[in-house]
Amino acid sequence: MEPFKSHRGLVVTLDTANVDTDQIIPKQFLKSIHRTGFGEQLFYDWRFLADGTPNPNFPLNQDRFHGASILVTRNNFGCGSSREHAVWAIQQYGFKAVIAPSKEINGTKIPAFADIFRSNSTKNGLLTVELKEAEVEEIFQMVGRYKALEITINLEEQRVTLHLPEEISFHFEIDQAIKDHLIRGLDEISQTLKHQEAIQAFESHHNPQWFVSS
Amino acid sequence: MRLNYRYTMKFMGKTLFEKIWNRHVITSFPDGVALLYIDRHLIHEVTSPQAFEGLRLTKRRVRRPELTLATMDHNVPTIDRLNIQDPISKAQIEALTQNCAEFGIMLYDLKSEYQGIVHIIGPELGLTLPGTTIVCGDSHTSTHGAFGALAFGIGTSEVEHVLATQCLVQRKPKTFKIEFKGKPKPPVSAKDLILKLIGTIGTAGGTGYVLEYGGEAIRSLSMEGRMTICNMSIEAGARAGLIAPDQTTYDYLAKGNRPFAPKSEEFDKALAFWKTLPSDPDAQYDREITIDASQIAPQVTWGTNPGMVTDVTGRVPEPNQVSGYSPKDVEQALNYMGLKPGTPMTEIKVDIVFIGSCTNSRIEDLRLAAQIFKGRKVAKAVQVLVVPGSQQVKKQAEAEGLDEIFKAAGCEWRDSGCSMCLGMNPDQLKLGERAASTSNRNFEGRQGKGGRTHLVSPEMAAAAAIEGHFVDIRNWNRG
Repeated sequence: MEPFKSHRGLVVTLDTANVDTDQIIPKQFLKSIHRTGFGEQLFYDWRFLADGTPNPNFPLNQDRFHGASILVTRNNFGCGSSREHAVWAIQQYGFKAVIAPSKEINGTKIPAFADIFRSNSTKNGLLTVELKEAEVEEIFQMVGRYKALEITINLEEQRVTLHLPEEISFHFEIDQAIKDHLIRGLDEISQTLKHQEAIQAFESHHNPQWFVSS
Repeated sequence: MRLNYRYTMKFMGKTLFEKIWNRHVITSFPDGVALLYIDRHLIHEVTSPQAFEGLRLTKRRVRRPELTLATMDHNVPTIDRLNIQDPISKAQIEALTQNCAEFGIMLYDLKSEYQGIVHIIGPELGLTLPGTTIVCGDSHTSTHGAFGALAFGIGTSEVEHVLATQCLVQRKPKTFKIEFKGKPKPPVSAKDLILKLIGTIGTAGGTGYVLEYGGEAIRSLSMEGRMTICNMSIEAGARAGLIAPDQTTYDYLAKGNRPFAPKSEEFDKALAFWKTLPSDPDAQYDREITIDASQIAPQVTWGTNPGMVTDVTGRVPEPNQVSGYSPKDVEQALNYMGLKPGTPMTEIKVDIVFIGSCTNSRIEDLRLAAQIFKGRKVAKAVQVLVVPGSQQVKKQAEAEGLDEIFKAAGCEWRDSGCSMCLGMNPDQLKLGERAASTSNRNFEGRQGKGGRTHLVSPEMAAAAAIEGHFVDIRNWNRG
């Protein structure tokens, strides 16, 4: 996995909440037994019309967003199925990060990303950045105002900077374990296998067949 | 100090979740995550091929193949199942067969009498046991929580991680108690309870939590109904749902043909352990909500995610009337669904009725649907697919004569698999077709590109099949 420290790139906005993984990569593309080739299929049913031609209304098909590497969207992105193909498709299209807002409902904070999607993203080095609703709204406003908005996401400093005539910066919070994992870009299985002895010791008193400790 | 610590620990009540979590932590890391032991790993053809490829590339083996079980369900045709027409589906099925042979994993393939949807067969075989950790590369793994097992869906990287290490690196989730007080009034069922909850807390309301369902309504449910509830925890954003084991659970595990469940003295030993699992009376949760189950009406979704749901007596909402959704999102959903605000739900006509999926394809679901179909006919121009969750469910249904009831009414009686829940096999909605579906997701295109899905219970689906539109089954003239 490639380490993620900082990235500067063009922003594309997708103004839809609750984008589910069925939209990110529709089921007909899950039959592949390979890990590559999903970039072309990203958002397929939204991106392409029934005759297979690009839908001109879909942001990814608009010239001004060509080459975008940061996706900015609304709350609860990646809900639904656990398919990691969704993350592969986003990365293979060329995205390095996804930004979405958390939401406050009746005093309860609702996270920006669905759990399994966020976990899958981390395993593949795709950064998910959770900002406040007003901050994401500001990015949408700026993308409306300026033809091409570039953003730098500095993971080490936990900062998002909008490159405008007058720069705007937002601080973001992130799980420390996720941050370390992304910055170091280590293979998680190799890390776990360093704990072989602890796993063996655990197994010696834990009987998963009948689930009763001896 | 040590005594004090122990004293505190002893008298601080623990939740069911904490009890299971604590006994599976191998080691904790300084950044707050834990290495968690996995007791059972279920795999299927869609999310496993890249994981096995990863093992081959790194020359790793499967650490505990005997704790791993595979079946094929997503791509499986429900007619002429051994003759898969789609070459890509066929290749994926064959890849699973080869991978299981290469890595020594037990596989219930299409010729097996135990094949079925992975979340149907786990409980059926007695693999799903209280107090265990269960994972699968499928978000509906939450189903198994109905037994008091900590069960959650994982991605393919995590599938590879479990295959290689029998562990997962996890941050401890928060706990959310869902209390269903009162009893649902039949024919209101488990499906209506869970849809009502999702409509109440939203599709991200449970994100970051493990849900624990309790209360009189949950205690009164069968294991099948409890599985329906836990199954859709993920539609509320929660990776896992839990229900404490009780006599209903023990009876389910003791009876029937459950080859993997403990027997005789082993069962008694296990039972003594299972009885220690329910949350202590003074256990604390991070969040709690109480819902009065006796007041819940049959639910029908009107939009493109499971939180867009209303009572069958309700109407399609105005875009600015839906809490938790922006008017723009509601408009987009209604546009996709081809629905006008103000339309009574009971005036919505359906083309297809799908009774199946890991949410509602167990024997009890089929019995409930059959009661509605018995002696009646499916409305003209409505197609009905009844897809049992497993070959065992199919066998049981046929032994009870349910298949004859379905066929006499005009339904199609199929072989087991995920089928039209997500349409990876040939069972798909066509552009613009509208379905009453007992499945779990009404996302755009989920059941087929351009298809429109309304999520309902098995009885609501069956009644819609007969009338050609949704009806309030509580006062439906069944004559």
